[in-house]
Amino acid sequence: MQKPEFVYVTYIRSTPEKLWNALTSSEFSKRYWFATELRSDFKVGSSLALVMNGTTTDVGEILEADPPRRLAYTFKHVLDEDLRTEPATKVVFTLEPHGDLVKLTLTHEGFVEGSKLLDGISKGWPAILSNLKSLLESGEPLAIPPTALGIEGFE
Amino acid sequence: MNIDQFKPTLVYAIYIKSTPEKVWQALTTGEVSAKYFFGNSVQVDERIGGAYVVRTPDGALHISGEVIECERPRKLTVTFNVNWPALIEKLGPTLVSYEIEPVGGAVKLTLTESHDRPISDDILSGGRQGWPAILSSLKSLLETGEPLVVKMAPPQRMLDALRALGIATP
Repeated sequence: MQKPEFVYVTYIRSTPEKLWNALTSSEFSKRYWFATELRSDFKVGSSLALVMNGTTTDVGEILEADPPRRLAYTFKHVLDEDLRTEPATKVVFTLEPHGDLVKLTLTHEGFVEGSKLLDGISKGWPAILSNLKSLLESGEPLAIPPTALGIEGFE
Repeated sequence: MNIDQFKPTLVYAIYIKSTPEKVWQALTTGEVSAKYFFGNSVQVDERIGGAYVVRTPDGALHISGEVIECERPRKLTVTFNVNWPALIEKLGPTLVSYEIEPVGGAVKLTLTESHDRPISDDILSGGRQGWPAILSSLKSLLETGEPLVVKMAPPQRMLDALRALGIATP
């Protein structure tokens, strides 16, 4: 039985530095992450809060910060009544130069069996990372309505 | 062919600023596919039972299959069998399905690779490595007019596993 996790790889025409900046800056994240701010100084041990239109949706702690190569943080949902009972999970981004591209690998792990959070993030990450790629390559994110993701309670 | 017995081994979703018709054309037209699919040219006879063929840049037959589901521009399912001697006898057929959904001002493209029997992670590593590169390049091509140049060789663990099964690889 495979352990419950979500892995997503995408290739982006950009530099590791620009991608790192996009992953750690609210100015960028508000444009590709469904208006979400990333409140953290991204130093190991610091707290992280994901704040969507003024409401904190997820919190965590920075576990690793090796710019522009690797970023890891814990990730606990705090809004939805069911999801907030699930234990904290772990998000890891690795950024690798690949010719004139960057290979971005996201691994989100640490889910309980039958996790509802895993279902939600599996629908969310492809949209967020597709938006991020468009923003970095063309200067404009996509217009994906949150309701289109099919995540219960996310609109 | 009964596709109910096939189980997904890879699901990859990507959102693209485009229209379903343009994504469909990109998936089914050789001239376009050659730009984002490692130079490979796709040919599809768009009807159930029609041929699905992928040729390498030198014209050699790389993948051959058959159209199982065809609902332009929403869903295309094909058998997707790499043309390496003994591969299909040892591993059975591979099924690839593309689903295309309009989503706001974008299109959600979902690729699903499925098999009718258990396949090792070593062998599945080929698709897991290749599909994100192919579909990332397709997205760049449709959004910016320029595909990505993603240079990669087949994963060594896959080649080793295929050889161990007696499947000849180029």
